[in-house]
Amino acid sequence: MNRKVLAEYRYTLKPIEKGYNRRTLYVNVGTKEIKEKPVTDMMIDKFVGGKGFDLYLMWQGVKDSTKWNDPENEICISFGPLCGNTSYPGSGKSIVTTISPLTGIPVDCNVGGHFGPYTKFAGFDALELQGIAEEDVIVYIDGDTGIVKIMTAPDEKINSHILAEDLIKEFADSEDKHQFVSVVSTGEAANNVLITCLNFSFWDKRRKVARLKQAGRGGTGTVFRKKGIKALVVKYSGLKVDTNNPVDLPTLQKTGLKLHKEIEAGDDTQCRMHQVGTAHLMEIMNDYDLLPIRNFKYGQMPEAESLHSREFTALFTQGMADGCWYGCSLSCCKAVDNFKPRTGPYKGQPVCVDGPEYETAAGCGSNICAWDPRDVVEINFYCDTYGVDTISFGTSVAFVMECYENGILNKERTGGLDLSWGNTDAALELLHQMARGEGFGLTVGLGVRRMKKIFAEEFGADAQFLQDIGMEAKGLEYSQYMSKESLAQQGGYTLALKGPQHDEAWLIFMDMVNNHIPTFKDKAEALHYFPMFRTWFGLQGLCKLPWNDIEPANNAQTDEPAKVPEHVANYVDIYKAITGKPMDKKELILQSERVYNFQKVFCMRMGGGRRIDDIPPYRAVGPVTEEEYNSRAERYDKLLKEKIGVDPEGKTVAEKMDITRKFREDQYQQLVDAVYERKGWTKEGVPTLEHLKNIGMDLPEVLEVVKRFL
Amino acid sequence: MKVLKTYPEKCISCHVCETTCSSLYFKEDKAELSCIQIHDETNPPVMNVCNQCQACVAACPTCAITVNKQGVVMISRSLCIGCLMCVAVCPTDSMRTAFGKHNPFKCIACGACVKTCPADALAIVEE
Repeated sequence: MNRKVLAEYRYTLKPIEKGYNRRTLYVNVGTKEIKEKPVTDMMIDKFVGGKGFDLYLMWQGVKDSTKWNDPENEICISFGPLCGNTSYPGSGKSIVTTISPLTGIPVDCNVGGHFGPYTKFAGFDALELQGIAEEDVIVYIDGDTGIVKIMTAPDEKINSHILAEDLIKEFADSEDKHQFVSVVSTGEAANNVLITCLNFSFWDKRRKVARLKQAGRGGTGTVFRKKGIKALVVKYSGLKVDTNNPVDLPTLQKTGLKLHKEIEAGDDTQCRMHQVGTAHLMEIMNDYDLLPIRNFKYGQMPEAESLHSREFTALFTQGMADGCWYGCSLSCCKAVDNFKPRTGPYKGQPVCVDGPEYETAAGCGSNICAWDPRDVVEINFYCDTYGVDTISFGTSVAFVMECYENGILNKERTGGLDLSWGNTDAALELLHQMARGEGFGLTVGLGVRRMKKIFAEEFGADAQFLQDIGMEAKGLEYSQYMSKESLAQQGGYTLALKGPQHDEAWLIFMDMVNNHIPTFKDKAEALHYFPMFRTWFGLQGLCKLPWNDIEPANNAQTDEPAKVPEHVANYVDIYKAITGKPMDKKELILQSERVYNFQKVFCMRMGGGRRIDDIPPYRAVGPVTEEEYNSRAERYDKLLKEKIGVDPEGKTVAEKMDITRKFREDQYQQLVDAVYERKGWTKEGVPTLEHLKNIGMDLPEVLEVVKRFL
Repeated sequence: MKVLKTYPEKCISCHVCETTCSSLYFKEDKAELSCIQIHDETNPPVMNVCNQCQACVAACPTCAITVNKQGVVMISRSLCIGCLMCVAVCPTDSMRTAFGKHNPFKCIACGACVKTCPADALAIVEE
């Protein structure tokens, strides 16, 4: 390989102490500076690790005016004190943050693969990347010998399924040691569009391929390529059960084994993660009218039967230990082996495709009416290897298909593409155009927010209609659940700090199906507790799925089944067993609350984080079109009568829609008031000084920003 | 396939097999560190030991568990990362762990206990 070393840094290898290295790694690919930074007690006390460290480092690195493509923008990747333990399922997550090209505020992604744990065990609690390289580079961390290098990378292919595998083979000591190397990469689309992702690899010893997990949201791949980074590579060969150096290994092992056994006993009858991963949700969502179809118009269609999870189960190779980190017995990351794409540059070549997960099956399947599971697999493959986020791709394509249906787009405007519902050839062509840097794919790859502006300005489309059907908030595309009938989930999505992603709160069943949180106060409490609880996973380097995608057999009989109390107790136990620090379920929430509020203030600092940023498009709240209203007329008429107190008899559909809209939008605003109050924020969504002091996030630099808004 | 076969009706619950096994592999006389374990609450006692069924092989995320030429399931200590997923999937609860130890352990049909059993309740057989 024609590779030059541009900078080299040697560091002292030392064991981890109770989950922490007490240092982070800073790499500036522009100035070629590489250095260590100490992790202070304050950082651990206030920011814990993971997303907390990422945001803390990034706050120091950027200016108020920093845009995604400025050299000082950072990509931070951190792991958290619990990350990398091999005892408790779901403990191998990295958290990636950057100033997003889609939203202009910090985005955070929680991603599997081996890069995070290996980089942690190589000696660092976080990796901070800054600068813009003059030529394409690779950053290499050799955790076996203690060397960090910036190296030129002139020759490699960019697309991830090739690059990850090539680099693993290049940097592994020998053929039987591929599993000790992990790669972060993106793909050709990240050179050209904004709806991109990063792929974190892990070497699959059985399949003998590099598997790819995605830091999907917010355009991280585009920032990566803007920096001129082709890949990050880490090598670490010393993994053992105690590499994280926990204070109480027996308790950690005992708690992990308890969950392994619970999964072994319960997964087949609960979520079937072993067999089909998160795609098990397809028929459940369709049954409950929650599966997005035709750009979130409908939640259920008979055609969706063809995307039933049994179809994906049949495509996935069964019986493999499909964990994205060692010790995860939930094994949800399924793969389609020897898949032969029918389009594009890899047409006919057998490839291993990770997923599709639920979000991909819904976003790139039902939402665009792609009813053949193999088409979904193909879109999934090309999204991954080109570095495109399947969620944003699905929602963006659904948006342009609805624009096409309404005559806002036509073949003349799409460069000849027929964007009728279900035209998967066209959807795939958009994807290939993103990779080639040409055609209408470049427009779609800008994401829904920018397309709304372009279609209104250049094609004279009705801006209000585009606003209503364009499923984005803060600039980020919605992930794939219908929130129309769940007010709490409308908040769960739209109040999420980075943009509408379901990782802060998924309350649809609690709210809509079980009616467990009927009042504004109940919903506000849920929209406080669950985002805080779920934030904790990102501070520790954990995955959310083993929390409630497997439940103890007696969970339903507990006081608060939605919280899965036994698993919360497990987290308290493993935190104490690893770090030796005190912990209980209240402190757990408080840890999150500090970082959550810091992130909120960070958003405000970068020009977001306002109440106006927390407003959903109406498609997420209620029926935008008469077609939508009429499709569920009985439900909407009943709501008019029973909830709003208006007799639908004799009213036109337009009149009924208007009343429904005013009611629902008002309900949403009342929800926002209740949630802000519960979170300790003003009516404008600004954390109060008193609240910041109470939770211990009253750092001078934070207060300085907040005071600008009070 | 080479396997340690048990004859509970002959077992006299003397636990000598446990002593032999744990002493051989851990240099400690502790029943919980033995690959074979005798539960004498019942009559005849339950003699729990690996039957080499291989269910653990597919569950191992590092491919540390393999089957040797004689059909015996073996754990590579250098590859094992101690996750204990194999313990959870074992259908006979015969993959052992002792919390605090780095790796799980199991019967490899070495036959040491057969030689010390005073009641002929154990035998190495080909199945």
